[in-house]
Amino acid sequence: MSAVLPALQNLDPELRSGIIECIEHWKDQEGNLIMILHEIQNRHGFVPREASLLLSGETGVPLARIYEVLTFYHYFRLVAQGKHNITVCNGTACYLKGAGRLLAELESRLGIKDNQTTEDRLIHLETVRCVGCCGLSPVVVVDKKTVGKVFPTDMAGIIEGIRNREEKEEDEE
Amino acid sequence: MKSSPYEQALQKLRKGIPDKRTGQWIQVGMDSGGIAAGAERLFRFFQKECERNGRNTPVGRAGSYGYAFIDPLVEVNAGKFPPVLYGMVDQKTAVRILTEHLNEGRLIDDHVVAGRDRGRALNGPVTAILVKDTSCEDGDKTKWFQSSIKDEIGGRDPNNPVQVVRALDMGIYHEGLVVQLLPSRVTYTNVLSRDIARMVKQSILGNEVIDDLLWNQPDKQVRIVLRRCGTIDPESLDDAIAHGAYEATARAITGQSPEDVIETVKASGLRGRGGAGFPTGLKWQLTREPKSDRKFVICNADEGDPGAFMDRSVLEGDPHAVLEGLILAGYAVGASKGYFYIRAEYPLAVKRVEMAIDQARRRGLLGKNILGSGWDFDAAIRLGAGAFVCGEETALIASIEGRRGSPQPRPPYPSVEGLWGKPTCINNVETLAAVPWIVANGGEAYARHGTGQSKGTKVFAVTGKVRNPQLVEVPLGTTVREIVYGICGGVQDDLLIKGVQTGGPSGGIIPEQHLDTPVTYENLVELGSIMGSGGMLVMNENDCMVDVAAFYLKFCVDESCGKCAPCRIGGYQMLQLILKISRGRGSPEDLDQIHRICHAMRTASLCGLGQTAPNPILSSLRFFQDEYVAFIEGGTSYARKRKQALAAGKSLKEAV
Ligand SMILES: Cc1cc2nc3c(=O)[nH]c(=O)nc-3n(C[C@H](O)[C@H](O)[C@H](O)COP(=O)(O)O)c2cc1C
Ligand code: SF4
Ligand code: FES
Repeated sequence: MSAVLPALQNLDPELRSGIIECIEHWKDQEGNLIMILHEIQNRHGFVPREASLLLSGETGVPLARIYEVLTFYHYFRLVAQGKHNITVCNGTACYLKGAGRLLAELESRLGIKDNQTTEDRLIHLETVRCVGCCGLSPVVVVDKKTVGKVFPTDMAGIIEGIRNREEKEEDEE
Repeated sequence: MKSSPYEQALQKLRKGIPDKRTGQWIQVGMDSGGIAAGAERLFRFFQKECERNGRNTPVGRAGSYGYAFIDPLVEVNAGKFPPVLYGMVDQKTAVRILTEHLNEGRLIDDHVVAGRDRGRALNGPVTAILVKDTSCEDGDKTKWFQSSIKDEIGGRDPNNPVQVVRALDMGIYHEGLVVQLLPSRVTYTNVLSRDIARMVKQSILGNEVIDDLLWNQPDKQVRIVLRRCGTIDPESLDDAIAHGAYEATARAITGQSPEDVIETVKASGLRGRGGAGFPTGLKWQLTREPKSDRKFVICNADEGDPGAFMDRSVLEGDPHAVLEGLILAGYAVGASKGYFYIRAEYPLAVKRVEMAIDQARRRGLLGKNILGSGWDFDAAIRLGAGAFVCGEETALIASIEGRRGSPQPRPPYPSVEGLWGKPTCINNVETLAAVPWIVANGGEAYARHGTGQSKGTKVFAVTGKVRNPQLVEVPLGTTVREIVYGICGGVQDDLLIKGVQTGGPSGGIIPEQHLDTPVTYENLVELGSIMGSGGMLVMNENDCMVDVAAFYLKFCVDESCGKCAPCRIGGYQMLQLILKISRGRGSPEDLDQIHRICHAMRTASLCGLGQTAPNPILSSLRFFQDEYVAFIEGGTSYARKRKQALAAGKSLKEAV
């Protein structure tokens, strides 16, 4: 095993063992780099620098090449997201049915732009190209749940829903 | 008599698999679209209720039924009807399905979707009558007819139990009042009030078909790729096998040489459904020819065209069809390994393909010595990561190899030097899903559908401003108008149609005056579009073509990998020009400049993305130049008004 780099000490032990396990699983298979990165992001929500360092050390793939891949593909994230996610589909079907108006409404209600997170880090707003539910367009995805046939007037309720759930959680704690 | 190796293999495959389902059952459409509309909840509800009441009704899941506009869908087989499909099933309707349909044998108003396998003869008593006025959406006429028919039956035979039900969709549009008689599915159109008496007397009480009312047009759709979508449980190998899956594999690897398989596919005339339309048999032959220690086949499931969902639906609805296609491709080209390259944005498709691979391996359909034939082949999944350019073959290969998805100049073609430098054959999901059907039924059977150089069927995802967005499969050569108006019910709110976009960001728009063009690879290219992967976006009179052009171009600019200048710089410059025009600050010279950039991008870009990115622009300039000119001449005040109208979804006239 490689010498432990200083940055690696910041790595959450659970994530660390997760990554090691995942590398073990994929080690002998061809075309594994992107699959490993997917798994890291699935577990952690994004790909932290420490994870890439560890991956590089374990597999011998140069860090620069890992970053080349991470930055090329839109799907990978290098920083933490908000706790909740609102994704507006801006594929062609949704665009034709008014995705732009949905995004504008969300942006003004949340006070942030596309691909930004609210100051309290509660909600992240982003757009994607088609989630494959074009029959229900326009579509937004709220924390992995797809909601179809929505109007700009529904956006307030969606935001409130997230905030309410959050408050309930806090009360329970 | 000793059975043939094929029969033995088939027997082994089918051992212990129950026959197709009979008796009562409920099935819920559980593709991503259905799930987004609440199918998961329905599934659990039906399961719980059927368990609690000690009913033995099995509750199953199915892939997409195709009717995206009325998700979620539930199919029920019970009572004296053929299987009945219900659309827009909410919680209340779900409860009614149990109490009324299952317990009392009654159908539920306003949710039944009439079947498309319409009958021509009445062979037994009519058990229910579906009615719907297809000319007008408000439904008053439907209600009037419903009660008139009821009264007529009651007047003639007070004890007749036949139920008259308002249907949700008839699959027939603008044909007046439509009536469908169950169970035979004999369908009458343009029924007038004066027809009611004779219909009841002759058909319902007398069991006699009335020829002058009968709808005897054959169904416009032919389901080959979607043959099992919405029929089988996509998570069950048994169910797939009971409906014919892997028959073709058994046939091919026990009795046909790889060359035979290639010949069959050649005879079918099948061409790639991923966009370019390259003949599939030839591609296989080209990959078979080179000598190599290893070869690969890849299923391109990167479905990048935004606004299209054909491949997702097939993967979610019948993953074994695609896997079997990949196995047959592997057998034909002599590959030892196949990969599915799937968009990470399609988690359900990934899950179902994963299950399919796992099930097939455990059943001896993957791995060593497949079905006792001595041939080895295995399959695995690799995920995309949100880069449109990775749909391009060389970029896709780079991505699987764990590199950034930059296209490479060709030749060498992947058929000679592909994945890890080995001969590789890449096929689209739909292409592969058609292959098992072709091998099982013969190339000629497939070639009987379609026309000229465009044989067989094609799946389209029709969306946008269409009344009933859905998944359709039609023989090539069907006209755009038949698809949009005949199958999907025309334009939403009965507005005027402006055109239909095909081919996504690489395609163009088919304007109204060309809607009667038969859809073939050649015809679409002639109109400045392409077949593409099968997205069809309907645009109405209020849509702004300059805005649409900018939308597609922005997509290509965002997705350009940046490797070559014509695409990277040309695309960006052109987008600036179009945005300038759309702000009302353009000049006539800008249009000339746009044409010049288009030409440069087309001829000098390295890969298909840059080469085809000008298509939506050129197409909109060809058919809707007046819209560009309106912006240029109208200046900023026009642009402002246009923008307002667009935001309100109104026409320019209404908005100002
Ligand atoms: C920029 C670009 C994106 C593409 N995206 C896809 C895609 O999403 N799905 C697909 O099947 N083919 C896509 N293609 C076409 C493939 O490169 C390839 O031609 C196809 O997968 C071959 O399979 P077929 O012969 O079965 O059509 C794309 C091509 C280009 C240039
Ligand atoms: S045409 Fe565009 S996407 Fe293709 S290689 Fe060049 S820059 Fe990349
Ligand atoms: S375009 Fe929005 S789901 Fe497809």
